[in-house]
Amino acid sequence: MIRIRRRTAARTPAGVAGAEPGPGFEITFDGSPVHALPGQSVAAVLWAASVLSWRTTRVNGEPRGAFCGIGSCFDCLVTVNGLPGRRACLLPARPGDVVTTQEGDGHAGLLH
Amino acid sequence: MPVSSTEAHDSADAPPFTELAVVGAGPAGLAAAVTAADGGLQVILLDAADAPGGQYYRAPAPGLGATRPEALHHGWARFAGLRDRLDRHRGVGRIRHLAGHQVWAVERTGADWTLHAVTGPDGGGSAALRARRLLIATGSHERQLPFPGWTLPGVVGAAGAQAMLKSGLVLPGRRIVVAGSGPLLQAVAVSLARAGAQVPVLVEAGGYGAYGRAPLVLAADPGRLREAARHGAALVRNRVRVLTHHAVTAVHGTDRVEGVTVSRLDREWRPLPGTGRRIDCDTLAVGHGLVPLLDLAVGLGCATRCGADGVAALVLDEDLRTTVPRVWAAGETGGIGGVQLALTEGELAALTVIDEARGGARGRGARRVIALRRARRRMRAFAELMGAAHRPGPGWIEWAAEDTEVCRCEEVTAGAIRTAVDELGAGDSRTVKLLTRAGMGWCQGRVCGFAVRELAGCAAEAGAPDRRPLACPVPLSTLARAVRHEDG
Ligand SMILES: Cc1cc2nc3c(=O)[nH]c(=O)nc-3n(C[C@H](O)[C@H](O)[C@H](O)COP(=O)(O)OP(=O)(O)OC[C@H]3O[C@@H](n4cnc5c(N)ncnc54)[C@H](O)[C@@H]3O)c2cc1C
Ligand code: FES
Repeated sequence: MIRIRRRTAARTPAGVAGAEPGPGFEITFDGSPVHALPGQSVAAVLWAASVLSWRTTRVNGEPRGAFCGIGSCFDCLVTVNGLPGRRACLLPARPGDVVTTQEGDGHAGLLH
Repeated sequence: MPVSSTEAHDSADAPPFTELAVVGAGPAGLAAAVTAADGGLQVILLDAADAPGGQYYRAPAPGLGATRPEALHHGWARFAGLRDRLDRHRGVGRIRHLAGHQVWAVERTGADWTLHAVTGPDGGGSAALRARRLLIATGSHERQLPFPGWTLPGVVGAAGAQAMLKSGLVLPGRRIVVAGSGPLLQAVAVSLARAGAQVPVLVEAGGYGAYGRAPLVLAADPGRLREAARHGAALVRNRVRVLTHHAVTAVHGTDRVEGVTVSRLDREWRPLPGTGRRIDCDTLAVGHGLVPLLDLAVGLGCATRCGADGVAALVLDEDLRTTVPRVWAAGETGGIGGVQLALTEGELAALTVIDEARGGARGRGARRVIALRRARRRMRAFAELMGAAHRPGPGWIEWAAEDTEVCRCEEVTAGAIRTAVDELGAGDSRTVKLLTRAGMGWCQGRVCGFAVRELAGCAAEAGAPDRRPLACPVPLSTLARAVRHEDG
């Protein structure tokens, strides 16, 4: 097999993997549209949009986002389509998903 | 034939039965499953992920249309071969691959094991199956040590960044400092740089000198030497500077990372005063090696040992049997050792499972078994050396300030842990946990367990396994159903 080194291609993750993704779509994060590629997790979509935090902690209200990347730390919990506590690093993004910053355990807004 | 939750539970029949259940479809579990199937066994392979490969061969999601997935990996051909064999065995029904099945408990039922799994992205579905023999290949997760600022957005796990890059084709930032300890950092720094990030420096708290002091062990594992040389060259090519005996001792920024302070360490990993230097970056990818995931095995009563890296791993005999009859383990569950070791152990474990299932006659595989055993011994010796070289020195606890959060879930500080030990008399990490809630949150101490134990100074507990009754969160409705099933 002949390997062609494409020096012209910008060095991006997609460029390295020769990605030719299917049609992209939009989700929203705190009301703003964010572009997603098929197959990306919610966390990957947010990272691609330079968003690194999407929840605040229960005690000190500190911002947090994805940390372990594999579903074991639970730092990436987020509210998706009204459901709090979803692990963004495991959850595939779907067209039209409404992702909102999760405050504390995410249940405060659900009481009324 | 898929084993769906409804099939498994709504009928009053016993759950589906198999000769061998393999939990984990990483390099170890995959190698084991296809080898066992080659030998004629009926196998069910369960994995929490949607695709086989585990952490090492984690591939971009299909929708991303990666035409060169191998560019993100080394040794992709080996994986492609395993995947083809898996597909062939699936085609003839010898292996059932249950993707998206996370096993939360295994219990003994007569002469068999019953496995319980949650399914679906929400974990809302469930499945159960019975197996005569069990092989645990659940791999590992990253070990973390706390330091001021490590909870700031922009600080991510080094292995986590690697995992997100491989599966989602994303980077957490543009200028990324890679820090911590262990050989995985080299792979991470190279991957991030090749994917377009600027990686100004790789900060390694240990050193590589220990390897040089064990030339025989090194010479016995030439594969590792080649890998180190490859990474070294790639680091130079990508202009990544390597600083050994240094650590990130502070992260700067208010909402997100703006820079880090890197300090020189003494031999015990204590920061040397006055050596701190600031390096600007927008991301810190950090990790201090890996920790075997042992929840299922420990739940079954499998004995563990403390490895040279200071963490618990399963006690295994040379044929990969755990101390519990009819339970085998392979790969990182027997100690952190890398992908080649995982592949070797998976195959070796399966060959011994086949022999046992066939009444102990060692057939044509005898020679192969001897070769695999020898390779395994060699690689395990190297793994111990590696574990010792990068094992956190006792001085790391000085990195944590009083207000540094140790338990990220429950927001418990190092100060609170020290108070529990010094003033409230906590003598073990369980008491620390009860007094402070460290390790009682969502992740059940997966992230902070090692650090809490070391901060609590419970030497006797070093390398003791964590105990978690469930290997992952399980909806109450699923638990209730499993109990009803047992009663019925
Ligand atoms: C996040 C991460 C990234 C890594 N990246 C690299 C890298 O880039 N380069 C490198 O050399 N090494 C890397 N490693 C180390 C690498 O994991 C090992 O060398 C190798 O993959 C070990 O193979 P394994 O089969 O033992 O485990 P793994 O590859 O970890 O496979 C374990 C499998 O078990 C599954 N599993 C775990 N628990 C359950 C359960 N309860 N129920 C069902 N399934 C379960 C997991 O989904 C996973 O697929 C990484 C490790 C981690 C944790
Ligand atoms: S990032 Fe750790 S669970 Fe999602």
